Amino acid sequence: MAFVLSAEREREMSEIFTRYPTRKAACIPLLHLCQDQEGYVSEEAMSYVAEQLGMAPSQVKGVVTFYTLVNPAPVGKHQVWVCKTLSCALRGAKDIIGHCEKRLGVHVGETTKDGKVTLRTAECLASCGTAPMMQVDKKYYENLTSAEVDRILDRLLEA
Amino acid sequence: MLKPVKILTKMYDVPEGWTMRAYERAGGYQAAKKALGMPQATVIDEMKKGNVRGRGGAGFPAGVKWGFMKPDPQKPAYLVINADEGEPGTFKDRTLMEKDPHRCIEGCIIGSYAIGAHVCYIYVRDELHLSKERLWSAIREAKDRGFLGAHPFGGNYAIEVYVHTGAGAYICGEETALLESLEGKRGEPRLKPPFPAQRGVFGNPTTVNNLETIAAVPTVIEMGGEAFSKLSSLHHLNDGGCRLFGVSGHVKNPGIFEACVGLTLRELIYDLGGGMSRGELLGVIPGGSSCPVLLPSEKVNAPDEKSVLHPWHGQSVLDVPLGVDTMRNLGTMLGTCCAIVFSDETCPVAVMQNLMAFYRHESCGQCTPCREGVGWIDRIVTKLLHGEGSVDELDRIHDIGNGIMGNTICAFGEGSAMPALGLVRKFRRHFEEHATGKPCSAGGRLDA
Repeated sequence: MAFVLSAEREREMSEIFTRYPTRKAACIPLLHLCQDQEGYVSEEAMSYVAEQLGMAPSQVKGVVTFYTLVNPAPVGKHQVWVCKTLSCALRGAKDIIGHCEKRLGVHVGETTKDGKVTLRTAECLASCGTAPMMQVDKKYYENLTSAEVDRILDRLLEA
Repeated sequence: MLKPVKILTKMYDVPEGWTMRAYERAGGYQAAKKALGMPQATVIDEMKKGNVRGRGGAGFPAGVKWGFMKPDPQKPAYLVINADEGEPGTFKDRTLMEKDPHRCIEGCIIGSYAIGAHVCYIYVRDELHLSKERLWSAIREAKDRGFLGAHPFGGNYAIEVYVHTGAGAYICGEETALLESLEGKRGEPRLKPPFPAQRGVFGNPTTVNNLETIAAVPTVIEMGGEAFSKLSSLHHLNDGGCRLFGVSGHVKNPGIFEACVGLTLRELIYDLGGGMSRGELLGVIPGGSSCPVLLPSEKVNAPDEKSVLHPWHGQSVLDVPLGVDTMRNLGTMLGTCCAIVFSDETCPVAVMQNLMAFYRHESCGQCTPCREGVGWIDRIVTKLLHGEGSVDELDRIHDIGNGIMGNTICAFGEGSAMPALGLVRKFRRHFEEHATGKPCSAGGRLDA
């Protein structure tokens, strides 16, 4: 089944095209729009993007596979990214990660059985002064404690 | 020398300081209005006098970089702002975008005009959603006020500013990889030359400036370049003004602090950072993970009067003012000016393993020395961390690191190899203990 963007996202796409002298430059913004809609970028979405931008589908796939935040396969309803790079590691990131794994019952990289939460680790999220921290979807949670992590994860699992 | 100021961070504690109303009330956009009434060459000249060394890590004089742009009616120029803030330990640009986005936009207006660009892209890493939101809001407000668009400030020099989003790739903080990414491709760095001023985004002359660099521009115009530069105690080294300093890791009070250039690591760690949160200082990475580590026991060796470091000969490296040239002469780098501090309860092998895992993940994979070399060093240090490697393998890290440096398309090679070599050299004893199967006193922990 061919991929189509919602009417509102199509309008956004048209506006995005006006920002650049080439269509190709809209590639990453367009991939974000597709991912916002489906949670990931399917092969059909890649073909759609290729057609819109005058690129080969393989070129689009090359872009998709390069960037960490573009998901080539479905993920949970929510993505939890715990930063593991040095400044966070120095302030307890390893324990936070372990705590999340226990609380969610999954290993890093896996999704809970109910499909609600995918747990991932992230490299430096530019939050080093408020470490340890994690990003849930588009929001940052900083200066984490285990208790705070529990509150956040419970909210995600209940919703 | 500790000289705190509230120039760049003036709006940080103002309620809703990110709005046009607050920014204009504080005198905002007067500098842009003034600049657009000056000849472009004069604006560039003020920037040169300001001695603003690029705040992204390379420390290249921003005014000189602007001067490289030559008008070409066939190929319109672009200003591209690097807000990809991905260097481990670095979290300063984010504060500017979140708390004073109008300062950033005003800097983009002045910078675009100075170099002859009519379009500016601010490349922001995707994860900084609030930053993007505040920048877009500021752009909309600036357009509504007539400061952007076809006739900024009623003149005829059109300027548009757009936010462009990344997608999770540290390498896109490298300027040519950023341009590739902006063009819609994989973020794979280009060979230089040609430099962006000759062939940049879309093949056109481009200037890439770090976000903090462009955020300093309104102040440079407002105060005048020379006055701005003279805020710094390293003005004589052409390292001028004030800037944001960061500190994280094992300090009581991690955060971003504004001070005049000339602050020392000791002042950053103990005065601004509140001192150690545990144990004693074991090592400090001065400006983001790509900078070689400094130990508190190291002393400055600069007997020659002509040496940049001579004034601090015999003193602790912690008492050398943080500047682009002073840090380079110490065998490290100022980098992003955001220090990572670790205590003597930390395992240096674990520190290196954490960083090499980062570099291995983030290598774009184009060139063999980096792709294979960084992976190899990561495998060795991981073995060492678990008490499994050998002294032979430990020694081999030097060969691998030297095989990477100077042999890659971009500075990521040096950025990963130099800190690795610094750590294994300066913490030789800890690494040898691990290599001979004896865990070091810190037992492989980072946060004990």
